[in-house]
Order: sequence, then C-alpha cells, then structure tokens
Amino acid sequence: MSTTQNQFHRDAERTTADVPRRAFLRKALRGYEVKRDETKATFTDWQKARNVAANIKYDGVNHLDRYLLEFEEKFTARGGKVFWASNSAQAREYILQLARDRGVRSIIKSKAMTSEEIHLNDALESEGYHVVESDLGEFIQQLKHEPPYHFVFPCMHLKRDEISALFEKELGSAPTDSPEELTMIARAFMRRQYIDADMGISGGNFLVAETGMVSITENEGNARLTTGLPRIHVALVGIEKVLPKLSDLALFLPMLATAGTGQHMTCYNSMFGGARQPGETDGPEEFHVVLLDNHRTRLLADAEQRDALGCIRCGACLNVCPIFKNIGGHAYGTTYQGPIGSVITPHFRGLQDWKHLSGASSLCGACTDACPVKIDIHHHLLHNRRNAVDQKPVWWEKIVWFGYVQTMTRPWFLRLANKLAPLAQKLHPLVLGGLFDPVRNWTKTRDFPEVAEESFHDWWAKRKEQSK
Amino acid sequence: MRVTLFIPCFIDSLYPHVGVAMVKVLERLGHEVLYPEGQTCCGQPPFNSGYWDEARVVASRQLEFFKDAEVVVSASGSCGAMFKVFYPQLFEGRPEEAAAKSLSSRCFEFSDFLVNRLNVRDVGARFDGKVTFHDGCHGLRELGTKQEPRELLRAVKGLELVEMGENESCCGFGGMFAVKYPEISTAMAEVKCNSILDTGVEYVVSNDSSCLMQIQGWLDRNSPRTVKSLHLAEVLANQ
Amino acid sequence: MNGDRDKILARIREGLSVPAPLHHEMPARAGQSAQEPAFRAWLPAVGASQEEQMALFAKQSDLLRTEFVTCADVRAAAAHVAGLAAAHGWKKLAFHPGALTGALVPHLPTDLEQMRVEEGYDKLALEACDAGLTECEFLVAQTGSVCVTARSSGGRTLSVLPPHHLVIASRDQLVADLSSAYQGLNAKYGAALPSFISFISGPSRTGDIERILVLGAHGPKKLTVLVVG
Ligand code: SF4
Repeated sequence: MSTTQNQFHRDAERTTADVPRRAFLRKALRGYEVKRDETKATFTDWQKARNVAANIKYDGVNHLDRYLLEFEEKFTARGGKVFWASNSAQAREYILQLARDRGVRSIIKSKAMTSEEIHLNDALESEGYHVVESDLGEFIQQLKHEPPYHFVFPCMHLKRDEISALFEKELGSAPTDSPEELTMIARAFMRRQYIDADMGISGGNFLVAETGMVSITENEGNARLTTGLPRIHVALVGIEKVLPKLSDLALFLPMLATAGTGQHMTCYNSMFGGARQPGETDGPEEFHVVLLDNHRTRLLADAEQRDALGCIRCGACLNVCPIFKNIGGHAYGTTYQGPIGSVITPHFRGLQDWKHLSGASSLCGACTDACPVKIDIHHHLLHNRRNAVDQKPVWWEKIVWFGYVQTMTRPWFLRLANKLAPLAQKLHPLVLGGLFDPVRNWTKTRDFPEVAEESFHDWWAKRKEQSK
Repeated sequence: MRVTLFIPCFIDSLYPHVGVAMVKVLERLGHEVLYPEGQTCCGQPPFNSGYWDEARVVASRQLEFFKDAEVVVSASGSCGAMFKVFYPQLFEGRPEEAAAKSLSSRCFEFSDFLVNRLNVRDVGARFDGKVTFHDGCHGLRELGTKQEPRELLRAVKGLELVEMGENESCCGFGGMFAVKYPEISTAMAEVKCNSILDTGVEYVVSNDSSCLMQIQGWLDRNSPRTVKSLHLAEVLANQ
Repeated sequence: MNGDRDKILARIREGLSVPAPLHHEMPARAGQSAQEPAFRAWLPAVGASQEEQMALFAKQSDLLRTEFVTCADVRAAAAHVAGLAAAHGWKKLAFHPGALTGALVPHLPTDLEQMRVEEGYDKLALEACDAGLTECEFLVAQTGSVCVTARSSGGRTLSVLPPHHLVIASRDQLVADLSSAYQGLNAKYGAALPSFISFISGPSRTGDIERILVLGAHGPKKLTVLVVG
C-alpha cells in the first residue's frame, strides 16, 4: 500500500468515528440540497440546460488550442500579459519575479484553488511577502494553517465557537457565538489589507475566448476589492477554463450558482478584460493571467475522461457525495476533494499513488446526477480502477480474481461450495470478527446472512424433477 | 411470454427465496419461466475492481446462456445494470460486442419488467404491514427505475408505503467497497439505517438484495429495534 | 517572455488528436438570433411584458434582500436617499457624475458631504464614505441583478467599497435576462468593452460560517435600487 493510501485509510477511520462532526456536515449539506432543488425547479428545463452546458464545454475543451490562442490575442490587445506555465514551479516563479520586479510588499488574495494547487502562499511567504487570503472561509483556513476542507466551502467543517476561538487567538478579538459578529471581525481586519496591498491575486472561473476576459464568481465582494484596489492584478487560471463566447456566461453563471450553492445567481459575477483602460476611473495598472497546465494536458490526452476538464468547480458533486459527507474533505489529502477530485487527482499526481480514491466509492452515481456539465464522474472512477490494474495489477488481487474466474466458470464447483458453505458457517462464530475471520472486514460491524441449505439452483432442479 | 430469469450468484446461495418469489409472481401472471442452469455471476466484482479481463471471461459465459432468451429479468438492479449498461462497455470493440448489445436490449430489472414491459401494477398481492422502499443506486441511476417499484407496492393490499428521509442516498454496500473500505461503508449504512428506523416501519423493501444484505447486516448488529428486509418479489409473491 | 506557450499548445494538440466520445444528447447552442435570445428556452422563465419583468425584478430583489424602490422622478429618488441618510446618520456620500446621478445629487441635503471619484480618489477617503451612488448599464429581471461596468458606474470600486450601494436607473434599463444584457453591452460598446463588467445580485454576503447567511461580508451591507420613470 502506498503511503497516501495508508494515510487515507487512517484518516477515514478517524473521521468516520467522529459522529457529531458527520451529523453537522450532513445537516449543512441537507440545507444546501433543499435550496438547490428549489432553485433548480425554477429552470424551464434543467436537464436540457445541462446538455447545452456540456455541449459548450465539449466545444471549449476539444478546441482548447484554438480558444486559448483567441483568448491570448484578445487579452493582449487590451494590454494584458499572458504567461503559460507548464507546472507549479514555473507559475510560482513568474509571480515571484513579478513581485520582485515591481517592488511589491503586500499581497491580497481572493479564492483560487489553483493557488492551493501550486502552494503559492508558502512560496510568497518564504520570500517575505505579506500574504492575506480575503475570502472569509479561506482566511479562516489560513489562520488555522489548514488547507480548505471543501473547494467551495473552505471551512464548512468548523463550528462558530472554533472560529471564535481562532479569531481570539490570532486577531485578539472578543469571543462571540454570532456568525455575523465573526464575519464583521474579518471584514474590519480585511479593509486595510485591500487598501495597502500592491498586488491582488485571484483565480478565475471562466476564460472568455471571444473577448479575452477572465470571469470571477463570488459572494463576498472580496474578489472585486482584490482586483479593483491593488496596482497589479494576477489571475492564476487553469488552461481548461475557456468558454468560447461571452454570452455563454448567460447560461453558465446561473448554472454555477444553482449547482454550487442553490442561489439563482452568486452575488458578484465579474468579467475582467484587461487592466484599467484609457478613460476609466480606476483599476490596476497591470493585469497578468497565468495559464496553468500542471498536468491538465495529461487529462486531456485521456479522451475517455476528457470531459472531466469541463468541470466548473461548483462543488455539487461533493455536496451530494455520501463518501464526502462521511469522511469529510481533509481525508482526501488532495487540493480537489470529493468525486471530481478522485477522478482528476490520479491524472495530476500519479495513478498508483492516488488510485485508492477511485476505489473508495460505492459508485452510487449521485455525483454524476448532480453535475451541471454532465461529467461522467462515477464511471471515470471505474475507468481509473481499470487503468490502474492495466498499468500495474496487484499480485494478490490477481490471485483472488483467478480463483473467482475458476469458480464462476465451473458451475459444479460453485454448487459444491454452496453445499459446504452452511457447514463452514456453523464454525464461523469461532473466529467471528477476529483476526482469523476471513470476512472480518464485513463482520466487524455487520452480521452476515446465512447461506441457504437449498440454493435457488437446487430448488429449480428439484422442481423440474418433480414435474416430470 | 417466455421469461428467462437471471438469478445472480449471491441470490442463488444467500437469498434463494427471492428467486422462488419471482417465479411465483411471473407464473401467477401467466408467463412461462425459464432458468438456464449454468449461469453464475455477471462478472461485476472483478469489473468494479478494475480486472476487466477476468470480468470478460465470466461475462462472456452469461452472453452464451442468455443469447436466445426473449427477455431476461434480473433479480437485482445492480446485476441488471451490469448486463444492461456495462456489458456493452466491457465488450466494446470486441467480437462479443453485438451479443452484449443484444443482451442489453433484452434485459430488465424485475420491477421495470412488470411495469414497463408487462404493463402490470397490481399483481394480486396482499401484504399486511408498514414498509419503506430503498432504491438501490444502480437501479435508480444506471437504469432509471424509481417509480416502478413504488407503483407495484402501492397496488399491494394491506400495505402502507412510507418514504424515508434522503431516500436516494446510498446504503454504502458498493460490492468490494464494503470490505475494502469497511469504515466508510459502515458509516453510510448507519446513516441509511437511521433514516429507515426514523420512519417507524416494520419492513424495508428493495429491488436489490445486495443493498438489503448491507442494511439487514447493520440493523441486526446495531439496532435495538427489529426491521425486516424483504426483496420486492417476496412482497409481491405474498397473498 | 510568455513561458511554455508552444510546449503547452503542442501537448494540447497531441492530446486532441484522439477525439473524445460524445456522451450526451446535445441540443445545439441556442439560436444566437436577435429574436430568440440564447438559452431562454431552458433558464427560468422571465415573462413577456415589461410589467411582468419588472415584477420579477422586484420579486428577485426581495429574495436577494435588495431594497427596490420605484420613484416617480429623480427628485423623489433623491428624497428616498435623503431619508436613508437621515435614518442611518450618513455623513458622506461618494458618486460619479452621470445623467441620473448628476440630476439627483443637487437635491440631497447640504449637510451630506459629497465626494466625486471620476478624476481619481483617495482609497481611504472612499472607504470612509457611508454610501456610494452609481448608475448602471442594465437591470436584469431574470436574476434581479444590476449590471455595472467600469464605464457606467464610476469605475470598479465605487460600487463595492462603501457599505451602502445606491443604484439609480431608469425604467427602460430593465432587460429580460443575462443574454439580453450581454447583447446590449455588445451593441453599446462593440469591441471596446469596458475592462470591468459585473452582475451584482444583492448586497455582499457570505455563508462561510455554519452556512448562516450574513450580509456585508466584504462589500456593501445594503443595496438600494432606485428606478425612476
Ligand atoms: S465535476 Fe461537475 S459537479 Fe463536480 S465540481 Fe465539477 S462541475 Fe461541479
């Protein structure tokens, strides 16, 4: 077993034992589902809308080279600067160099999972920059020195008293059990940060090829302040985020909001086309977009799973996932948690080290049902399992399945096993749940049914005999 | 109609009465029931584990057994989905592809068959008790069977059907998943079973015995109150 | 220097040389024709008449906790703003001069200090304002959104930094849905779109703590939309 897999088993065991936290998560996500269903019901045809969205994403991803070039051309024409990064190191170095060149001291950030992916904060901080996450959830996680728990709801696992204690310790605020007061503490702290920052770093939900724009969706207004006040704006965006046309957002913005949080529209949906243009009042002097590959082209090369690049990171698949609800976000050990994370992480970080995430699913398919762009999520988990075996089968599993094939292709052998099973089962209590119990992983927590004295096959044969 | 039964391996040995009940219901409706005796497993366990070569060896046998059947009716939604949805993928681009697609088009899950193919809702059953229905995920999402079992249950005399909360959530069985990730699987079972217990029913019914093995297994070990699990066919066979 | 541009493009092209399977029934992208704005057939219905759409905007505003006020004229709008200023003890209001804002501010009480942003501004001074008054491009019925751009609304921050955002619009700025708003922007600006376009749907909010809704996370705690005419 790989270390990542060991870690996963350990964490999952610990988190599933934490019953109150699981109940807390489930309640929160139940609330989400109710709201989402209400909003979905206002769509004239949600299923068709999903098809159209999938169609547009298919177009975008399958002509990615063309659309990225179009984006670059339009974006550059408006004075923007595009940097293409093959990997994390290149992306980090570009941003660091920019900060050095421009005499940056203080950096404000709005939520960007790409930044988590390349561990940007660590790199910036180790060079002495003052870096603050402005999204409330991200800010809390930053203070906690913990990665986000969920890529849309970064601190959904925390209760208010934990956040209050954290603020008390890190910001010196008075304890409170009011979410409103806690939010206002963060707001007050952050105001000065926006104004003092020289550089604002954001992610991007969509890259609009047609107009060379970066579209950012948020609720808090922190991204608008991050991109409006500092003199430099850097957007770190995955290459797969292209949408062909500006008006495509008319579909994607409501769908992202509905699937992601159950809102009709997220509070602020902003499209940024360049730095401050001549005749405009304010805005940054420079706007850089870092296009991040970081193994996205590896996923692209897998035609079977290419649709996973259409992901708009709405988080719906996490919200409905029974695995996520029970093990929580940190157990995954990945930047992208939940079903979609289990699909893409093996492509990004290595199949053998991350295949266990694809195994850790009952394949119930709730994720695929929820996905607004119809990514075949749970079937891709099957594909990852198959690819992992094709690449490197596990020797003992190979033996198990060899035995299985021998049994299942020899009905007489299966019948014999059925005959002997009731006897074996009489002896089972001797080892039940213990180290020598062959089905211990089942019997530790659940009873096992009794093998019937007469199988269906026997019953049928007897009946046939009698009717002769 | 000549109806060919597919009785998956674990039903054959653990829940043979489910198969018996299916025979009863179908014969009561006036159909002839066939059962190719060489059938074993659909191949789903190795398929789901990534061992597709092994799955193909076992699956290609099933293609043989069912090649002449007019309709194949599966006792389990999950194994039915294997025939219907996954065989065509498993054999894609191989000599057996046509046979797999043909089987796929002839295969039905039990409730789907009764309601959509035979157009029957009332099978003349009587069952006194309060029941809740659990949707097996494969039946629900791969096959899109949701209303069919409910329609059948509502037509049963004496039966009161109650929906449980979060009724589409998975019981956590998932085949090999249940033993490879027992802690997660058990946590899911606990959530599911609590939804069932909250309804106050005496019976939980499903069209998938594998889910019931998980649910009954958890309840028997952990629940102070008895809830009995039954396959849909057992309820429909009762008179 | 643009990094690994060519290498990345080469990897993309190599990957795309194997076509991806099409899994879903794919209705064509909605007719982008003028008669049938894109996506309307699937998104939430908006109603055909202007009255219906205005009613929808009002309903959505309510859900979003936007204060939506219809005013007979600019003078009435100014009276409403004056009422807010008195009620909340505002000392200073920031605005950008436009046809509507320019007509409104002369009617405001003289003790409410005014700050203009169009020639550039001190960030701290803007932050200290109690309210920001802007115009907008469109009001979107379908989502209850206010569409602002750097051109229409005094830049990027006037509409987000002060704790109360006031929007003044005329009735004919109401459009049915997002598609119509994009069409409108294209018609107005052509290729020279403003560097900042935003759909504002209600006051700033967060649910990051226990999924409990709190207004005014980082942006305005209140949003008032004044429609005149
Ligand atoms: S895979 Fe689909 S549901 Fe999951 S985050 Fe991406 S878009 Fe949303």
